[in-house]
Amino acid sequence: MTSQHDILIVGAGPAGMAAAVQMAELGLAPLVVDEQALPGGQIWRASEAARSDSLRAALGPDYAEGQARIARFRASGVAYLPGTRLWHLEPGFQVFMSKEGAAFSRKYRAVLLATGAQERPVAIPGWTLPGVMTVGAAQILLKTSAQIPDAPVWIAGSGPLPLLYMRQLLALGGRIAGYLDTTPRGQAGRVLPHALAALRGRSDLLKGLKWMRALQAEGFPWLRGVRDLRALGQERVESIAYTTADGVTHQKPASLVLLHEGVVPSIHATLAMNCDHDWSDAQGCFVPRTDEFGMTSVEGLYLAGDGAGIAGALAAEARGRIAALGIAQRLGVGSPDPALRSARRALDQRTAARPVIDALYPPPEAEIPDETVLCRCEELTAGDIRAAAKLHRGGPNQIKAYTRCGMGPCQGRQCGYGVNRILSEEYGQSRGETGFFRIRPPLKPVTLGELAALEEGREAP
Amino acid sequence: MFRQLTDPGVSSFHVYIDGVAAIARPGDTVAAVLLRTAPHIARHTPVKETPRAPFCLMGVCFDCLATVDDETSVQTCLVEARPGMRIERPRGKLRITL
Amino acid sequence: MTNPDVLVIGGGLHGLSAALHLARGGAQVTVLEGEFVGRHASGASAAGVRTLGRNPLEMPLSVIAMEMWHRIADLVADDCGFHAHGQLRVVASDAQLEAETQRISRLTAQGYANETVIGQDQLRQLVPGLNHKFIGAAYAADDGAADPHRTLVAFRAAAQRAGVTILEGAPVRSLQHSRDGWTVETKAGRFAAPRVVNAAGAWGSRIAAMAGETIPLSAKASMMMVTERLTQTIRPVVSIVGRSLSFKQSSQGTLVLGGGIQGRYDLDSGRTALDFHALARGAAAAAELMPSVAGTRITRCWSGIEGKTQDLLPVICPGKTEGLFHIFGFSGHGFQLVPAAGAAMAKMVTTGIVPETLQPFTSDRLTLQGAAA
Repeated sequence: MTSQHDILIVGAGPAGMAAAVQMAELGLAPLVVDEQALPGGQIWRASEAARSDSLRAALGPDYAEGQARIARFRASGVAYLPGTRLWHLEPGFQVFMSKEGAAFSRKYRAVLLATGAQERPVAIPGWTLPGVMTVGAAQILLKTSAQIPDAPVWIAGSGPLPLLYMRQLLALGGRIAGYLDTTPRGQAGRVLPHALAALRGRSDLLKGLKWMRALQAEGFPWLRGVRDLRALGQERVESIAYTTADGVTHQKPASLVLLHEGVVPSIHATLAMNCDHDWSDAQGCFVPRTDEFGMTSVEGLYLAGDGAGIAGALAAEARGRIAALGIAQRLGVGSPDPALRSARRALDQRTAARPVIDALYPPPEAEIPDETVLCRCEELTAGDIRAAAKLHRGGPNQIKAYTRCGMGPCQGRQCGYGVNRILSEEYGQSRGETGFFRIRPPLKPVTLGELAALEEGREAP
Repeated sequence: MFRQLTDPGVSSFHVYIDGVAAIARPGDTVAAVLLRTAPHIARHTPVKETPRAPFCLMGVCFDCLATVDDETSVQTCLVEARPGMRIERPRGKLRITL
Repeated sequence: MTNPDVLVIGGGLHGLSAALHLARGGAQVTVLEGEFVGRHASGASAAGVRTLGRNPLEMPLSVIAMEMWHRIADLVADDCGFHAHGQLRVVASDAQLEAETQRISRLTAQGYANETVIGQDQLRQLVPGLNHKFIGAAYAADDGAADPHRTLVAFRAAAQRAGVTILEGAPVRSLQHSRDGWTVETKAGRFAAPRVVNAAGAWGSRIAAMAGETIPLSAKASMMMVTERLTQTIRPVVSIVGRSLSFKQSSQGTLVLGGGIQGRYDLDSGRTALDFHALARGAAAAAELMPSVAGTRITRCWSGIEGKTQDLLPVICPGKTEGLFHIFGFSGHGFQLVPAAGAAMAKMVTTGIVPETLQPFTSDRLTLQGAAA
């Protein structure tokens, strides 16, 4: 039974696993729940699964590190429920979850959300067509199923992930039709101010440069300063159109297009809990406000990992340990200073290069064309949202009420930032001022039958 | 759309997509199998009945929803394929049997 | 800027409807809304257009409202998503059926023909897939449901076309009365007018208190659940005798489940919190009503704050100071009354005479009861 657990950790990625191990060392017994079937999060997804040497080599040493981390997490003896969805959180904290179609609800004294990040939605015309996916999605297929595109693939966007994926794909015999780099040109000037700070974390940057040189030697088309991306087709993507830096628009056949414009924190749970959030210009997203231990503005609700601001897997582990120590202190289990000092030192080291990465790959600024489907669930276009904004002059919640944008099962995870951006432009106000949708529970859809079964007061499995 | 780099040592089994057998392997999510099986889609949407394929593979887009062993609107990217699993790709709004 | 003739406090449906009717009668009207139009009860409404089971004291107003709903486009140039597919209240025992039969015969004796009793065959025809344990129902064939957001958009637009000024983000801080009329201090500035309509919903008694009146009012936060879209199968709105559940399918195909299951609220912040254990009872009732929907997924739940009086009837009456009028406290069943209550309110504000339909809704009944208790 899990009823003796006072602490819930949501997410078994780098942050959640590190927090769990740290808590176990302090003699605490948290429960870890995770949506996936295996621990590791997205970064180390299926890291402990058996696989061929060629795949292991292609996925690289950073991915291989996951295996040891997962082994340590498993060895910690911390209770762990995979395949478990968190769908509601009430203050205090009454937590509602489901596993294998059965809902249960339990009270915890502290909750650590280590739910990570999601890829920033790249709303372009045609992004709902089959054959258009995210780079992260393709990489997950590689990790879980050793699955690669069966024809030359177009990769479009910005950030380190496309570079990593292209390396992995080429190593496994995959082919690239072209890389359409949408990073605005002339980033060097923006990057300089951060160079000094970055010296301490330069191994990350050097790695990035090395990847880039190796990729460019491969000889596939690598176009910089690309804009006005469009995926075209009827029942599925048939071609991709784009405008190059010289102002010429091209259209090329395409069977698979992968998009990526960086990652943003998962904020649905913290929004639903009415935590304070701040807009980050550097990362182009909302970031929950946290204290030095990762506690949100809601007492006892902690964040660690990319959900507390994008900083990568190694920083996530350090934040996981810090949050674990903070929770221990809060629950009256003294937290040893040396552990805290070492975790904070690790965090400093592992976030040193971040301002450079943020400056190298700034959030996209290109206007979303009117014909773009913005809300994938309710199938509303950017033009629909602009029209509603002109008619009603309201915030995201009013636009949602009037148009149904954000009312579908994804709850605005794909359209929220697009709506925020369009309303900010329409009203000439900052993104932070415009805000995000109010998040309505459940965070993930549950069936009427599942919810009804709660009435019988089921205990946790 | 996708192919699997098959490792001869790995066992395989069948799942049934709209009644037609498809090959799956341990560790595959249902969404991964759908992306290897023409026409590579999960469903037609309930709003405008447009075709959609799994998009994010990490549980945040809800475009990979399909019916799995009679359970409707399952996020197929979060479910591992199991031998004999029956997957149906919905077309439009869900139909309930009264 | 010239002062308006009437300031309406509250941009919910009742405030908008009163403003619309006043403006149509030639008045200059400004609506002062604390947050945004339809933020609370109106935006969170199940939008049932129901005479079924209504308190007989509300029936004269409700009958007029129902006539207006059936030609609602004449009023606001939009059908508000209203469909008269009927409302049903199902029963599971002979005793319940008998009680409903008696209630309806009393209604009929008073001259109301809106409800009838139906047996299981007709019930199953109206709602295929209904659990066999339900043996009959009270049925109001001309009742139905509308789309709450569409209704809000329509009333807002109609009011604006009629010349009403709507100010959002203008919570009221104080009310002052002098020989020259009323001065209303808001976060967005000071406004003055000879007449003020208090349509502040759950905050109605706070506004009344600013004018020196004590009107007992509590609040409620009825929760709603909405599911993914299903093919169209259920037409009428269905509720169960003795249970907190109303069940309908919207024109989008979603199931909309409500019926007064209560969440938590905070009047100061305007925030609500859901109670999922209470929602679980609603979900259980829905799955009992129609077992085939048990596998349908709930995609969103919400609630809005609504004023509730001791006897669950609204307060619609002149205030104790000249030029002040109250319209609030509909206790969770005000949606249907919107078109008629606004019209009656406009008449009362313009003539100073309380129409017969509004006689039962004086605030005195609450204060007198309060004094007696």
